[in-house]
Amino acid sequence: MQEQFTERKGIVVQNVSMTYSGIAGNVEALREVNLNIDPGEFICLVGPSGCGKTTLLNIVAGFLEPTSGEVFIESRKIHGPGPDRCVVFQQYAVFPWMTVRQNVEFGLHLGVNRRSSSETRAIADRFIDLVGLREFEDAFPKELSGGMKQRVAIARAYAVNPQVLLMDEPFGALDAQTRQFMQESLLQIMEKERKTVLFVTHGVEEATFLSTRVVIMAARPGRIREIIPIDLPYPRGAGTKTSPEFIKIRARIEKVVREEFQKQREQTC
Amino acid sequence: MRLVQKLQAPRRERCMLEAKQGITTNTEEQICVEERFRKKRRRDRLEKAGYFVVSFGILLVIWELTRAVGLIDPMLFPSIQAVIKACIVGFKNGTLQMHMYASFMRVLTSFAIGIVLAVVFGFLIGWFRIVRLLLDPVINFFRALPPIALIPLMIIFFGIGETSKIVVLSYAAFFPAMVVIYQALTNLDPVYIRAAKTLGATNLEIFRKVILPQLVPHIITACRVSLGVCWATLVAAELIAAQKGIGAMMVDAQNFFQMAPLVLGILIIGAISLVMDGAVKAIERRATSWQEKMA
Repeated sequence: MQEQFTERKGIVVQNVSMTYSGIAGNVEALREVNLNIDPGEFICLVGPSGCGKTTLLNIVAGFLEPTSGEVFIESRKIHGPGPDRCVVFQQYAVFPWMTVRQNVEFGLHLGVNRRSSSETRAIADRFIDLVGLREFEDAFPKELSGGMKQRVAIARAYAVNPQVLLMDEPFGALDAQTRQFMQESLLQIMEKERKTVLFVTHGVEEATFLSTRVVIMAARPGRIREIIPIDLPYPRGAGTKTSPEFIKIRARIEKVVREEFQKQREQTC
Repeated sequence: MRLVQKLQAPRRERCMLEAKQGITTNTEEQICVEERFRKKRRRDRLEKAGYFVVSFGILLVIWELTRAVGLIDPMLFPSIQAVIKACIVGFKNGTLQMHMYASFMRVLTSFAIGIVLAVVFGFLIGWFRIVRLLLDPVINFFRALPPIALIPLMIIFFGIGETSKIVVLSYAAFFPAMVVIYQALTNLDPVYIRAAKTLGATNLEIFRKVILPQLVPHIITACRVSLGVCWATLVAAELIAAQKGIGAMMVDAQNFFQMAPLVLGILIIGAISLVMDGAVKAIERRATSWQEKMA
């Protein structure tokens, strides 16, 4: 795993445009988006709804084919979804007919990342421990809370050892306390197992807290408005959010996001 | 009962979390909670069994009372004793087993044929848009057609032997099951398929490991529905033309005005479908324990 680290060249999003043709005419979801993400970076996409942040994530995930432009991972052009870019969904998408352990092992039983059974067990053990669900490994998802389900999804994604984690508002459905707890857990997991992350959220605070850079997007057409680096040192904890630097950066991002939101409102109303 | 378990789940989780973080050592309380669940489940089961006995008991009492009071002509409706006697006699000379075996095999064979075809076609229709568009109108036509309406035609095609009955019964089993399965397939949540894809699953793996497990509860529901329909149709088919089978036994009894075997036939049909339904339900409980249930 450590050897691979040096080989990563990150994600390159090149001139990506996306137009949906709908009943009410064509919608330009993304126009000429360019973004380079270095290995190990934690990038948050924020912006008003309809700015195409989820579209961009789905294009990187391979669920959507862009109308024009290309996405490269490690200099390879992407075609369709794959285990090098694992997605964590807002709706958890933990398989309800499988126990926690079976969920985490799911990816390892697939042809592309097949492992020996002892290896599979060891990997699952490691990531179940990492997300702190040892006591629940034989529980079914219906017995778990939302936060725990999302931790299963994170462990399941980690198990197939992706270069990139794509997270689509993963904590959006959680209550405020759990969300805070999950943000801190995610950073702790990242300390131990560094991944390149592309994280979609509309929480400016969440974005500021988690990322190395925040990408603010604008709507109609969806495009990158501004990229703001967050120079706060890791590890970040509960105290980070009250530090003056944090508050300053957060206010700056919030200002841009609000501007974009206003512009969008004026256009539509 | 399940609602209680659901309500308790967060509580159990909290206990476990607290125990883990060393805030409290809740293991004893956990055991207590689990023990209470088990006792409650046992009590619920006993209660259910009790009501089962009582409600059938009341039915029998009403039966005897109506005869005793003279509400029904004793000639037209047999006493419980007479039916029990007919049952014993039938078992002793082997005719009852023969009839039951004949009916049972018919239902089982046609049910098996119907369900296998229903899974195959349900999948084809649910998965491939072209097949769905092509077959949907025709399906609705045939689905609205009562299977019994096919019996005269089938008798001309296949004679009055087993084949015509098996065909009609398979047809009866096929349609409701297929509709359940293909509806289930079109209603599957695509997020699980996406999740599997992003972990690297091929289409075949998605089908085997993601779609099939989600269809299992629906396939079982389909089994229950079509078993019910199968039994209903069976008796109609046997009433029209058969030498063996519960329906045939009842027609014979009717011809000779033997009320006891006639009523016995009714009771046996009811009892067998009850047992079959119970068996499918038991399988369902085992196969779908992962599902969140309302009741």
